Amino acid sequence: MTALVLIEVENGTVRQASRSAVAAASRFGAVDAIVFGDGAQAAAALPGVTRVLSVPGLVNDLAEPAADLLAARAKDYSHIVAAASATGKNILPRLAGLLDVQPIPDVVEIKDADTFVRPIYAGNALATVRSSDSIKVLTIRGSNFDPVAAEGGSAAIETVEAPASEKSVFVKVELSASDRPELESARVVISGGKGMKDAANFKLLEPIADKLNAAIGASRAAVDSGFAPNEMQVGQTGKIVAPELYIAVGLSGAIQHLAGMKDSRVIVAINADPEAPIFKVADYGIVGDLFEVLPELEKAL
Amino acid sequence: MTMKVLVPVKRVVDYNVKVRVAADGSGVETQGVKMSMNPFDEIAVEEAVRLREKGAAKEVVAVTIGAQAAQDVLRTAMAMGADRAILVRTDDTLEPRAVANVLKAIATREEAGLICMGKQAIDDDMNATGQILAAKLGWPQGTFASAVTVADGRVEVAREIDGGTEVVSLTLPAVITADLRLNEPRYASLPNIMKARKKPLETIEIDSLGIDTASRLTVVSVAEPSERKEGVKVNSAAELVEKLKTEAKVI
Repeated sequence: MTALVLIEVENGTVRQASRSAVAAASRFGAVDAIVFGDGAQAAAALPGVTRVLSVPGLVNDLAEPAADLLAARAKDYSHIVAAASATGKNILPRLAGLLDVQPIPDVVEIKDADTFVRPIYAGNALATVRSSDSIKVLTIRGSNFDPVAAEGGSAAIETVEAPASEKSVFVKVELSASDRPELESARVVISGGKGMKDAANFKLLEPIADKLNAAIGASRAAVDSGFAPNEMQVGQTGKIVAPELYIAVGLSGAIQHLAGMKDSRVIVAINADPEAPIFKVADYGIVGDLFEVLPELEKAL
Repeated sequence: MTMKVLVPVKRVVDYNVKVRVAADGSGVETQGVKMSMNPFDEIAVEEAVRLREKGAAKEVVAVTIGAQAAQDVLRTAMAMGADRAILVRTDDTLEPRAVANVLKAIATREEAGLICMGKQAIDDDMNATGQILAAKLGWPQGTFASAVTVADGRVEVAREIDGGTEVVSLTLPAVITADLRLNEPRYASLPNIMKARKKPLETIEIDSLGIDTASRLTVVSVAEPSERKEGVKVNSAAELVEKLKTEAKVI
């Protein structure tokens, strides 16, 4: 059996979630990689990858040509795998539609080549499902699989022509500029909730994030209230993180938020309400006014 | 504008309910549990109704697949402003692939010009039906939409991506899946709830469509995730830092 893994490369570096997808896919047998746009070299350096299909002509991850191309190559593979990222979740279900198979999103555990565990109901239950499809189309939760190293491999690179995209045109992309680590791969994450009271107060998290080299996240309530942009959202409908240390500030711990962070190794909660559900999952809690605790925490670090 | 917008909606366990895994591990308890329209589908209904209010669409048709009880989410959609609704009746639970097969048949019959639906249902959390449906129809897709503009036979969609926002322009017909920030759905007013009772609701037996609705996944088991233990409260930031250094050894 051979698996094909869709690899996402950013600024010449393979995203950590894609390296986790390679690690997961190696469980099925040999691994081929496919890279859209530049970045074939970085993918070829991943240990465990035998061959890289490089599609330099497909630069904007448009789902329509990407899924067409994957479908045309699918018969050579038993499994087609991607990270459960915005890109993976856009392209792979479309591919499954073209192949008429049922995709298996957000896999957190592989039992065998046909059997997978995935969270349902915002992670309040774990379903083990067995697929009868001949080609399995899966997305992988990066936080549940240790990534392969970024270097050490030397796969052959084969260049592939990009199919045309007539129905879908890329217009523009606006990326938030940040020197901080990515939320999904940061060792430490500090997140703010509705208790931050407004967008300006999110700045209070920055000096602490600087000291811990942390990514900054937000609860859905904070995003809904306009305190933080959506790409910072941690939770069922946002990003799933599992850092070594997660610091939850002024957020109550709604089910949908816990779904996105409860696999963190150590959880700290700072909240004025001693009954807040976040304390039920926190290893260390401080009951207090975050506007007093945050400056003290900054000083103590 | 003569465009018809089809809005698929799903009846799910209400987002405020803490679900419990059934004792026999076959699924989660749904008996006697409050059910509601999937929150992302409410956003999709709102967007479709706004398109009609702006004159970009002529008619909004809500569709759901399920038992007779699923009618209630169709009434909610019509109370929010959908013009009419279709219930595709079945007692089976369908996977996204099968749902997409049904929706393709309905979209073709209705000659829909746009399908606007939630990006994921909060029960199975699949985030797949819209993309599968777009593929099966051969239509382009604008997933995880945070802004939608219809003009000159095309639809421009701003999409939530990992590092920010991307904008794509799609030919019509197309499939759009709604993300959180697309809009804030209106509450159905009492007069509109009353009016919705009189709007047309058509029931189609799923078997009459003659399409493949088989499942490709077998649920082996459903289990509770392992619970975290509640930790300790500390009295100060200094004590916290001390514990993170010496006890948890994480900083």
